[in-house]
Amino acid sequence: MKLGVLFSGGKDSTFAAWTAKKYGHEISCLISIISKKEDSYMFHTPSISKVKFQSKVMNTSLIMKETLGEKEIELEDLKKAIKKAKNEYGIGGIVTGAVESVYQASRVQKICNELKLECFNPLWQKDQFELLEDLIKNNFKVIIVGVFAYPLGKDFLGRKIDKKFVLEIKELNNKLGINPAGEGGEFETYVLNCPLFIRELKIKGFKDFGERNSWRRELEII
Amino acid sequence: MKGRVLLISVCKEKLHELEFVKPIEDILKKEGANYFIRDYKEIKKEDLEKSSKIIICGTSLADNKFTENLDKFSWIKSFNKPLFGICAGMQIIGLIYGGNLKEKTEIGFYNEKLTKGFFGFNGVVNVYHLHNKYVCFSKLKDFKIFNQGEISQAVKHKDKEIYGTLFHPEVRNKGIIEGFIHL
Repeated sequence: MKLGVLFSGGKDSTFAAWTAKKYGHEISCLISIISKKEDSYMFHTPSISKVKFQSKVMNTSLIMKETLGEKEIELEDLKKAIKKAKNEYGIGGIVTGAVESVYQASRVQKICNELKLECFNPLWQKDQFELLEDLIKNNFKVIIVGVFAYPLGKDFLGRKIDKKFVLEIKELNNKLGINPAGEGGEFETYVLNCPLFIRELKIKGFKDFGERNSWRRELEII
Repeated sequence: MKGRVLLISVCKEKLHELEFVKPIEDILKKEGANYFIRDYKEIKKEDLEKSSKIIICGTSLADNKFTENLDKFSWIKSFNKPLFGICAGMQIIGLIYGGNLKEKTEIGFYNEKLTKGFFGFNGVVNVYHLHNKYVCFSKLKDFKIFNQGEISQAVKHKDKEIYGTLFHPEVRNKGIIEGFIHL
């Protein structure tokens, strides 16, 4: 089936896209919503504008849509983008990287239902540590580009998700209940390389913004 | 716990099994249950014989293919071991017992008022819905309904260990599935 992927450039949507391809589906386009609101309920925000570099190394078309980020308006904008994907690429379904968030998943389900599209959530309810282990096992090079919860600080920005990271996050999960996959919005990620990319993306530079336990990193990608 | 649990997939698309079968499989693993998985079209008599309990999983909103293949579920009426149907699985049980499909879309979290006796759940319970259709069990004399409201959300056969939920207990009410596998 031809599928469009709701793509943020982070680990979950990229891993979901790869999974869909592994199951024999065709990734016809990526759909990215750029929210002007930094704390959007629906959409991952740090480094979202860098998805165009990922779409290039995936050889996949990208539909980008800006939204003001107000709760229901961003859903209307998402629906317009999905409709465009259906009309222009003839997709039969949407893939999301939703893991736990019923808020996000149910809104996408409703839109797909209205547009008569299948909705695939291959990571739904997946154990968070299993997800991190799967990323490492399948050669996903993922870095942290945003932190939004105590005790995560600026020093976490740029960290690679590797075995050391998993051990550390396990400890934080046990002590402070930090969600190991950042599903509670504790951190956001950017994928520099994975089996869908024809080459690894390189970081030319970056700028960090924030204070205390709320930081984001804007990447300059080549 | 004794025996093997058979998980039945009704998903038309294999990719959907990660969303509708794997979360149940993860609960069974965590509970230390012995289990095996089969596609509903490939179930053999031996599978039914060697299973101690069966769970029929749900599928996506757009997938109603199973309704065209109800003959593959004719074993349900003569099955005398515990059986649980989730969403599409509950619809299948209802259809096999003579019910009809009705239209009703419910997506996301809802509060349902469950009555006493359904795996320890009682009162207002927050549940995850994902369906466009349902079977009205109030017209099926063999079943008891464990919720208030127009749409049957949680049911049990009056004489057999056959259960169903229209909602997806694997999302926020895992205790229901745990309760079933420990019957």
